[in-house]
Amino acid sequence: MINKKVSGADEAIRDITNGSTLMLGGFGLCGIPENCIATLVSKGVKELTCISNNAGVDDFGIGLLLKTRQVKKMISSYVGENAEFERQLLSGELEVELIPQGTLATRCMAAGYGMPAIFTPAGVGTEVAEGKETRNFNGKDYLMEYAFDADFALVKAWKGDTAGNLIFRSTSRNFNPVMAMAGRVTIAEVEELVEPGMLDPDHIHTPGVYVHRIFQGTAYEKRIEQRTTRPRS
Amino acid sequence: MLDKNGIARRIAKEIKDGYYVNLGIGIPTLVANYIPDGIDVVLQSENGLLGMGPFPFEGDEDPDMINAGKQTITTLPGSAVFDSAMSFGMIRSQKIDLTILGAMEVSENGDIANWKIPGKMVKGMGGAMDLVASAKNIIVAMQHINKAGESKLLPKCTLPLTGVNCIRKVVSELAVLDILPEGGFRLIERAPGVSVDFIVQSTAGKLFADADVKEMDLN
Repeated sequence: MINKKVSGADEAIRDITNGSTLMLGGFGLCGIPENCIATLVSKGVKELTCISNNAGVDDFGIGLLLKTRQVKKMISSYVGENAEFERQLLSGELEVELIPQGTLATRCMAAGYGMPAIFTPAGVGTEVAEGKETRNFNGKDYLMEYAFDADFALVKAWKGDTAGNLIFRSTSRNFNPVMAMAGRVTIAEVEELVEPGMLDPDHIHTPGVYVHRIFQGTAYEKRIEQRTTRPRS
Repeated sequence: MLDKNGIARRIAKEIKDGYYVNLGIGIPTLVANYIPDGIDVVLQSENGLLGMGPFPFEGDEDPDMINAGKQTITTLPGSAVFDSAMSFGMIRSQKIDLTILGAMEVSENGDIANWKIPGKMVKGMGGAMDLVASAKNIIVAMQHINKAGESKLLPKCTLPLTGVNCIRKVVSELAVLDILPEGGFRLIERAPGVSVDFIVQSTAGKLFADADVKEMDLN
């Protein structure tokens, strides 16, 4: 097996530089690459373009990179939980492209499947459609949306092996598998890294061919954004 | 006049046995509390879950198991988890029978605006544009009039659009209305204690209303 293991986040993100385009997996704070984000902050790379469904909260997730002004542009579908983000957006410090969530996922998927573009009805007749090619199929209009081209995809999985195979857990799967397929260089951080042969091939969500570097992360906080419960009674 | 729970309760009556349903954030989330007994319904959460269960018991919260509102939730027997591309695949290919979402404005030709107030609110559209562009059956839960008494059911939306000519039913604090294929709202039911006159007066878009329209049955 080809060994994709690296020592940790420092080695994994060694060639991310100022101006890189990154995909970051996760939905809200669920399934985000916490170790890679923390290391990007300490490394201090700037002018990043980040493709991610959300932008974190003020003091966690991508919010940490926003606070240190390391992000030049965000491409997201929903950014509602972050006051610093909103401040930078309204003051013009941060460039933001808001796109429909399904379009975001499918533009990742297209990149991973080797397709240059997709057609989707999402956004037809709205400002999202401005400047985009529209095609009519079977009487309905669709927008042409291009596959993403990202220098790096940073994803978080539950388990992985040193061959790069990944298994995700519960709804922390979200954007991670499609982004893993889409990065020119894909970096996976996992809660548990095992030797080849210890994961059942039938249970793999992302085959190792898509993953270039893998490491076992440390000290996962896994912060809960909205803790909702019902009483025991 | 209905409160938020009343709107949710009325919308829940539209849910049929065997439906896969996507509930948006806000009032639509409350609909889950009023699904009629004795029918089988599967709730989809667009972050990648079919078969959304209730909130976990205190102490059982799992940070890896959330809904599209980022709330901790549970699964049910028969639930399935998948990635975001597949989630919107099943939305786009119309496997989801009913979509319930909120709106800031709806127009008489079925346009909807719910994602942006220029200069004020820049949260983003999330999955709403995908849902309204593809869903075959959409119910909008919304306030008929704002605090100043101004109608949100308009001849034409003033806010940036989420989707065009896609809404066919609205449930507000005042009424249930259909949107006719040729344009215009049709009053189907009025909320308890609300007069047809008040609904007419509160609807800026074209409205077809019979004087003897029935009151909602919320039970």
